[in-house]
Amino acid sequence: MSNINLSLPAVEIREVRTRSVTGYDGKAGELVQKAHDGSLRDVERSFQQCAGCSITKAACMTVLIQDAAVIEHGPVGCSTCLQEYNFTYAVNADLRGVSNPTRRRIFSTNLQEKDTVYGGLRKLEKTIRSVYERTKPNAIFVLSTCAAAIIGDDIESACEEAEDELGIPVVSIVCEGFRSRVWTTGFDAAYHGIARKLIDPPKEKRKDLINVINFWGSDRFTDWFAPFGCKPKYITPFSTVNDLRSASESAATIQACSTLGSYLAAVLEKEFDVPEIETAPPYGIAQTDRWFRALGKILGKEEIAEQVIAEKKEKYLGRIAQLREKLQGKTAYVTGGAAHGHALLSVLGELGINAVGASIFHHDSVFDSGRDENDQLMQRVGDYGDVRNYRVCSKQEYELANSLGKLHPDILLSRHGGMTLWGAKYGIPSLLVGDEHYSMGYEGIIDYGERILDTIENDEFVKNLQKHAINPYTKWWLMQRPDYFFETSDKKEKGKEESQNAGIE
Amino acid sequence: MPALNEMIEQPRFSCAIGALQSVVAIPRAVPILHSGPGCGDMVSGFFERSKGYAGGDTSPCTNFNEKDVVFGGSEKLRKIIKNTYKVLDTDLQVVLTGCTGGIVGDDIESVVQEFQDAGKPIVSVDTPGFKCNNYVSHSHVVKAIIDQYVSLYEEDNKTRSDRKLVNLFASIPYQDPFWKGNLREYKRLLEGLGLKVNVLFGPDSGGVTEWQTIPKANFNILVSPWYGKPITDHLKRLYGQETYWFHSVPIGANETEKFLEGVLDFAALQKADIDRKKAEAFIKHETDRYYEEIDNLATFLLEFRYGLPRYAHILHDAGYVVGMSKFLLHETGVVPKEVFVVDNTPEKYREQIEKDLASTSDKRTIPVFFEADAGEAQETIKQADHKGRGIILGSGWDKSLAKEKNCDFLSVAVPSPVRLVLTTNYVGFSGGLRLIEDIYQTALHTYG
Repeated sequence: MSNINLSLPAVEIREVRTRSVTGYDGKAGELVQKAHDGSLRDVERSFQQCAGCSITKAACMTVLIQDAAVIEHGPVGCSTCLQEYNFTYAVNADLRGVSNPTRRRIFSTNLQEKDTVYGGLRKLEKTIRSVYERTKPNAIFVLSTCAAAIIGDDIESACEEAEDELGIPVVSIVCEGFRSRVWTTGFDAAYHGIARKLIDPPKEKRKDLINVINFWGSDRFTDWFAPFGCKPKYITPFSTVNDLRSASESAATIQACSTLGSYLAAVLEKEFDVPEIETAPPYGIAQTDRWFRALGKILGKEEIAEQVIAEKKEKYLGRIAQLREKLQGKTAYVTGGAAHGHALLSVLGELGINAVGASIFHHDSVFDSGRDENDQLMQRVGDYGDVRNYRVCSKQEYELANSLGKLHPDILLSRHGGMTLWGAKYGIPSLLVGDEHYSMGYEGIIDYGERILDTIENDEFVKNLQKHAINPYTKWWLMQRPDYFFETSDKKEKGKEESQNAGIE
Repeated sequence: MPALNEMIEQPRFSCAIGALQSVVAIPRAVPILHSGPGCGDMVSGFFERSKGYAGGDTSPCTNFNEKDVVFGGSEKLRKIIKNTYKVLDTDLQVVLTGCTGGIVGDDIESVVQEFQDAGKPIVSVDTPGFKCNNYVSHSHVVKAIIDQYVSLYEEDNKTRSDRKLVNLFASIPYQDPFWKGNLREYKRLLEGLGLKVNVLFGPDSGGVTEWQTIPKANFNILVSPWYGKPITDHLKRLYGQETYWFHSVPIGANETEKFLEGVLDFAALQKADIDRKKAEAFIKHETDRYYEEIDNLATFLLEFRYGLPRYAHILHDAGYVVGMSKFLLHETGVVPKEVFVVDNTPEKYREQIEKDLASTSDKRTIPVFFEADAGEAQETIKQADHKGRGIILGSGWDKSLAKEKNCDFLSVAVPSPVRLVLTTNYVGFSGGLRLIEDIYQTALHTYG
């Protein structure tokens, strides 16, 4: 079980806490087994492309808090892409009933070369005050960067002093990119700060509220919780600082993705007595049933869960069967983060589509709850069988381009931007659904199944694009094994053999 | 005047490593990042739709981790460069260092030197984020390519050996959202005068082989109030090329004519052997085409009775702020009110920019603020109170501000998730017409 220690400024990184890895190539079942028996080891790569950074993940969980301001302590570049969250906030506000979405307050301390010599704290202190004056926020988050971390600025102390002076929480979030190869550590870093500085001990316990840790997906949960007499409390995007303070009062915590909320759910359970649902999120029928039962159990309303499940089966099984028939014999490849990628594999399993492979960004061996039941990939393998060509890819595009070109599935399903292009270049219909709730539950199987059918059917664009596709990868590379650049002794040998066959080197 | 390099709200430029997009803009070139794992994501998330041939997720990167910070990342970089040649098919490799590599003090140059010695077309440039912004580091990247790559081809490209050839330094790729279209239009116009043009970036350039001919050019053309100036200074030192310097972005007929006439005068001094008569005929033809449209449009501008924008706020880099102000006032009748230069212009260029802007009109003063902290610029706009209907020309950040102020809004700067730009140009005669279309389209969309 992972360590939770809210007295420390920084969250423990995933490599240590959840024994997460960023490279694997094999069968999904074997990955799950190795992860659970503790034998899974990470790999190094001798070729890498731009990966991802914890700071954007930490920002994602703080910038979207309605009444907070966010300061990036570093050079201006480290906050430039956060403008995307301003867009997201404006576009998705409606889904959370925020009628007047305000501009997101994103600042950089704009560190210069001389600051890396003399330290950047003076600038940070000044910035915190100016930000407070300009925005009058209910909380300020300060995100660390590589530069600030290497020069050794004591951000935590600066935040504490500012907090005393201003009388609002000023939360230091330790999320510099080089700290962890698993950028989802950034989510944990934000949650760690929120748990340390915002979440209060409960004043009362609310039987009617359930914390939902998610991004900004459409609202499935209001309907689903209604029979249980409960309402969702979405955290942290679109919540207010006060909503977060009282997250400790909810009856339970669920999450849209067991990677996203692993840490916060565990903190809420262990430090604030809010129980976390004891299973993975509801993707695929088997897991949806398990999930409703676990929800019933936690709320002491098991019979309602059975009733809901029965109603949903009655209502949706027929249509799901029809979809299965139409999709029979189709193949798919999945790319995305853990655990949403696992969730999509389950939905594919339910629809009878053959998942021929997957490129998933990282893998958590354990979850902060310490419960194996939270492992969505384990559930997938158990419910629908193994997945060959299962790759943990750290968002390495060259591995995906290689793998996809060889397997040539009927459709590519993607969770993150940038990757669908590679389906299209090969003429493979490609689908990205940004809404993480879209494929959830019985309804989600139908919604997502119909989108898959529609995408496979409408392939004219990708077929045309394929004819004119520009491919920067060498022919040599596309003939190698995708794990060619993994630096483990046995793999190196394999790689060499193949390259000799290709007549190169 | 606000202090330089203080806090910034709503960044509208990137840091030094953002100039990796200048590499992406060279056909078949690849940036190799010696940086933390997020720099590439930050840059592509800022510019959007900016992948090019081998940018974005395709770009190799050392993805610095804790171990590299402690022990250095040179060896890792060596491996990644070596394997880049196996995996990616590229004509030019440019290694850019981020903050991590910069502070740790890795000796990148000698790693890259090994590959240069082996005959690879590879260049290194120091771009740690804290060093400067991408307006400045764009010049560093270009200079590095000239020094470490172009210089290898001097033998076959004798200095100033082609009297009609010019090197153009104007729009910064991706930072100017209209860079592709603009460069294409500059090229078309200059070719119309009888010149040959190295535009160096984008699909209308000839890629690395075009770069090789930089020394051959007779002279340079710099269209910019300040960024890019170090490049032409450098070329003067290296190859003795003089530079025709036009200080703002020429939008519409007045400024474009002035620009082209200026080029012709300069070309004559440089003995470029241009047929002036033919060139003047070209300009006249372009001008006539332009005024046919304006003549036709004037009735609409003057008579549309339901309301059109009468004043404007502009938030952009200095080149656009001045260029758009001149254009709006004289060629549409929209009066520029408070305008904001958000590019972190160095002090020494500000006076010249103010003068240039002041030359827009002897009847009025356009208040200009040099403000890299765009959040502060927005505060000023919030306080401003002008009669009539206004329009804000800025980045995606300003859309909601315009709504609050009940102004029209046109997205003309990065970052902008609310506008798609492919090959649109704002420079030149056609660029002016396009800007008119965009402004009044936006206004007309509110009716009916």
